[in-house]
Amino acid sequence: MTGTSNIEMRIGSSPSMVPSVAIVRRVIWETDDTYTLLIDPPRGDGRTFAFNAGQFNMVYAFGTGESAISISSDPFRMNILAHTIHRVGTVTSALSRLRRGDTIGLRGPFGTSWPIEEAVGKDICIAAGGIGLAPLRPVIYTLLRRREKFGRIMILYGSRSPLDILYRVELEEWSKAPNTEVIITVDRGDSSWKGHIGVVTSLFSYLKMDTPSTLAMVCGPEVMMKYTCEELERRGLSAAQIYLSMERNMKCGIGLCGHCQFGPKFICKDGPVFRLPQIKNLLDKKEI
Amino acid sequence: MKPQDLTESLHKHPFLSNMNEELLRTLTSCASNVIFNEGTYLFHEGEDAKTFYLLRSGRVVLEVRGGERGQIRIQTVGAGEVLGWSWLISPYKWHFDAFALEQVHAFAIDASCLVSKCETDCHFGYEMLRRFSEVLERRLEATRLQLLDVYGSAIGERGENY
Repeated sequence: MTGTSNIEMRIGSSPSMVPSVAIVRRVIWETDDTYTLLIDPPRGDGRTFAFNAGQFNMVYAFGTGESAISISSDPFRMNILAHTIHRVGTVTSALSRLRRGDTIGLRGPFGTSWPIEEAVGKDICIAAGGIGLAPLRPVIYTLLRRREKFGRIMILYGSRSPLDILYRVELEEWSKAPNTEVIITVDRGDSSWKGHIGVVTSLFSYLKMDTPSTLAMVCGPEVMMKYTCEELERRGLSAAQIYLSMERNMKCGIGLCGHCQFGPKFICKDGPVFRLPQIKNLLDKKEI
Repeated sequence: MKPQDLTESLHKHPFLSNMNEELLRTLTSCASNVIFNEGTYLFHEGEDAKTFYLLRSGRVVLEVRGGERGQIRIQTVGAGEVLGWSWLISPYKWHFDAFALEQVHAFAIDASCLVSKCETDCHFGYEMLRRFSEVLERRLEATRLQLLDVYGSAIGERGENY
């Protein structure tokens, strides 16, 4: 009984379990089924909302439910918070119907972040698939803000079709930054699409990486990340040079409920960003 | 281009990396430089596959005929990559249309010349087959990944069906 009481006390007293109210500023549709929710961050007790690139929030659509969503905005812009969301279920559908001035509940930020400081002085390969670009967008903002601190930046992005490409305008802008390459590929293209067609791993053929000084950050569907990591290792990166962000069904966000268990890890607390050796033998395992 | 220059240029192509000079000279005797203008076809489905290409610059898109769905673009091939292996496998017909999205510079390797060299020099033949097998394996893996349609069923946020 003592143990149970302790858990209840921890939950009850943890501010991370109590949502703050945030005000919706705008909903921007990126594609037919994916939108970016722009909100004014909660500022309780005069505090600003700070997060690290790669972290996520638990976003609560009042009366419907809560969902874990990666933060996709610029960590240096404290006055606005963005979450890019794929409309797939009841919560994400409810969030998509919000309008300016509506309110949501917000808990967070939670989880581990991308290794920005470790990347200083190195070349960086960012490989994203589908909506996996969203958790990586704060990294790209950070790298470009501190551009002189990093070597070459390679952004590889794979999407289902040209119509499913996220952040089109920004991708174009990022490609113009110094010593920065952006290569996009789609799984299916029509005659109007002049870019690459094929899986994201095929894009590595067009890069000559200085592998000892490169750090890779990968996010996308798990099978895509598995193949991407294999390709990076085939090209000479060690597993320790590769980071990836995992997805699981998260509920509490603080490693108590066990919904996001991934082998011996909890994605919400130990992740979502992992160094590859931490989870390599768990990737794409049917049982996990 | 002189044969020596051609050999040196071929040596820089990733497909031929670390190939010894003797084998490279053998290959050079079957190679030539070609250019395809943007908007032209390199070959069409069903035609005899008499050549393969090592792309030096530009991009080519492979198209299949999808009946009522028209031409379906399934893959692009670019600089540093190999285009075509139908010359290697009976009935030696192209399975795709190949369309130049940009001006393409490539080495064209004459298949009948290459096959005769492979048959008379087993070491050369094995080396070519080994390199092509790697390309085939990678393309097969990529095709499997493409078939999985991983983004189509992608979960949108960290709460799966929410």
